[in-house]
Amino acid sequence: MDKRISSADEAIAGLKDGMTVLMGGFGLCGIPENLIAAVQRKGTKDLTIVSNNAGVDGFGIGVLLEKRQVKKMVSTYVGENKLFEQLVTSGELELELNPQGTFAERIRAGGAGIPGFYTPTGFGTMVAEGKETREFDGRQYVLERGIRGDFAFIKAWKGDRWGNLIYRKTARNFNPMMATAADYVIAEVEELVELGELDPANVHTPGIYVNAIFAGTHEKRIERRTTRKT
Amino acid sequence: MTLTEEQKRERIVRRIARELRDGFYVNLGIGIPTLVANYVPKGMDVILQSENGMLGVGPYPLESEVDPDLINAGKETISEIPGCCYFSSADSFAMIRGGHIDLTVLGALQVDEKGTLANWAVPGKMLKGMGGAMDLVAGAKRVFVAMEHATKDGKPKILKKCTLPLTGVEVVDYIVTELGMMEITAEGIVLREIAADVSLEQVQALTEPKLLLPQGGPVRMAS
Repeated sequence: MDKRISSADEAIAGLKDGMTVLMGGFGLCGIPENLIAAVQRKGTKDLTIVSNNAGVDGFGIGVLLEKRQVKKMVSTYVGENKLFEQLVTSGELELELNPQGTFAERIRAGGAGIPGFYTPTGFGTMVAEGKETREFDGRQYVLERGIRGDFAFIKAWKGDRWGNLIYRKTARNFNPMMATAADYVIAEVEELVELGELDPANVHTPGIYVNAIFAGTHEKRIERRTTRKT
Repeated sequence: MTLTEEQKRERIVRRIARELRDGFYVNLGIGIPTLVANYVPKGMDVILQSENGMLGVGPYPLESEVDPDLINAGKETISEIPGCCYFSSADSFAMIRGGHIDLTVLGALQVDEKGTLANWAVPGKMLKGMGGAMDLVAGAKRVFVAMEHATKDGKPKILKKCTLPLTGVEVVDYIVTELGMMEITAEGIVLREIAADVSLEQVQALTEPKLLLPQGGPVRMAS
């Protein structure tokens, strides 16, 4: 078994207009830079993108917005991108906002065969409008649905040809859940290693979830560089 | 009573820092709440959680230590403390929603007398998203609001009923402003502490619901 493929472009050969793609990352940290660039090159349109944020102008998912390739974003916070705001305001881009914990759990549930779950988050707010609610043990909960994608784009630190993955620091974020919740899961890694090189007790995403893997080059742009003097 | 923005903030975060206890797991929101980290009492272990997947957040890094894979929920570069750990966003919000976070501090646009909070939708602007705030107020054991008492043009932010889109219904436990510390109770808002440089009348004038007073009146807020 060998899940290695030569490039991001080859990996998304099956991506078609109108599909739903889950993309890992928090801000610009742990985003699948190479796969996003490949989608821009391919020019696929009317995509629904499930991602915590929408990148910034000119980087990350921002580059797909520039070419009007995105029909809908499912996100939790999208404040870093002027073009995004213009497209939403003009009605060219549909936006579904989720509480971040609900967003994470919807994806986890989608990957774990759970179609819906009850959460206390958002009860009585705009988020609960039109959704079923139910009382358990004296507290009110909102029914939320699982999310699945046609594709998931994962960014990991190291991976092997069976698709076992480990992530680095806070670049893990939504990547592990997204790797479980799509029909075709592609991992771009900084380093492809031989079988047996990853510590089996510390694999974060077991290879069973991953369909294709390649080593990419990563700019890893920093959104807010904050430092101390001493 | 002409405090600078900075003096107001410092007073608020110093007061909230006095609520910290050794061994607390704490999540600090973006803005004024983040500053609480600068006032953790010496010798006390307070573990800061960042909802993008980390326990044990350290200070901003030295220029030579900046790591693009190490950021907080405000997307700022940060550092590790010894004993820190990383996890996925699903695990992070299991901690939050599951009641494992001892205390969270959030900013607010409006809070009402039942502790209902509005803090994510700025009037007249596109909705940018609630991030993790709705989960934090639903799950943390103690929810503190840190904010300036009134709007820039002197209108109350503590209201009988919120008018902006809500973050959570009846979720806030305490409000700390530059004028005092208030507890949300079943009866209403109790003014527990009042700043040394204001009168009760002045605080009430900037607060829409009638403030309740504890037995013996509010004590002076330590600054």
